[in-house]
Amino acid sequence: MHELAITESILNIAQKHASQAKALKVTDINIVIGKFSSIVDDSVQFYWDIISKNTICENSKLHFEKRPAKFLCLDCSNEFEFIEEIMPCPVCSSLRVKLISGEEFWLDSIEIER
Amino acid sequence: MTIQKVQVVERILDANDQIAEQNKKKLDQAGVYSINIMASPGSGKTSVILRTIEKMMGEYKIAVIEGDTAPVTIDADKITAMGIPAVQINTGGQCHLDANLLERGISALNLNELDLVIVENVGNLICPASFKIGTHANVVISSIPEGDDKPYKYPNIYRGIDTLILNKIDLLPYVDFRKEYFKQGIELLNPGLSIFELSCKTGEGFNQWIEWLKSRISKRNS
Repeated sequence: MHELAITESILNIAQKHASQAKALKVTDINIVIGKFSSIVDDSVQFYWDIISKNTICENSKLHFEKRPAKFLCLDCSNEFEFIEEIMPCPVCSSLRVKLISGEEFWLDSIEIER
Repeated sequence: MTIQKVQVVERILDANDQIAEQNKKKLDQAGVYSINIMASPGSGKTSVILRTIEKMMGEYKIAVIEGDTAPVTIDADKITAMGIPAVQINTGGQCHLDANLLERGISALNLNELDLVIVENVGNLICPASFKIGTHANVVISSIPEGDDKPYKYPNIYRGIDTLILNKIDLLPYVDFRKEYFKQGIELLNPGLSIFELSCKTGEGFNQWIEWLKSRISKRNS
């Protein structure tokens, strides 16, 4: 449900940069999204098609570059990927792990016609 | 007509985070400490807040900001019945408070007369995790009947919080809740996080939580 608020933010950012670049039209929006960021990209796309109507971003496509979530074991330095469930280090079973990527959530670039 | 790529590299929630920073500044200027309480519906957020007020109201001036999805004043009424100012923010169906909504809440309070603002976020373990609102500490309340798997199912909410309350521990004898499994999940997500095990029903464990909160307030004022 918070995807609507998030989609509105994406639209605001895209419109700001499009107008700074004197764009006539925005065709593509590139978003980086970490697996750990609890954003459902299908929902964002759904809201996008509705709220971008009658804006410079109408009919533009959203592209999501998904980044995996990775943990680093602080005891044995093993790096492992979060697949479905958080877990201790699969090599040494340590609980001392640190999330090193997966919380990314930013608008990377827009493609425009001008 | 040319096609061109424009680099943006802007965090999508940057606008929200900037308002959150302003909220914190406002609270700081007034010398008010604030906590954001997040939890699923039915975990005992309002009960924890009421007990906390009861234990602290002699010593501290407290106000509560209630985030609710519907214009129902059940929670706010319980707070005002104790003589504590409560501002209700109706999110209009939105599943979380954001910085903008909190701004409305703190504007409705006379901050200069307060020591502590407790924000009760909308009951939800997903959406509030994404939105900073500008409080000094983020607190999650989990409760025994919710089950021990919550850190595994809703990992985000446990990241970036400052403490965790495990409520309804009086129900431990009746529920299959593996405390070690629960705590392992928390440790993986937020190493070293302090956890207060307590019961609003019996009052057990409340003093440690109140001590933690008081020490945070006094650190902030020194």
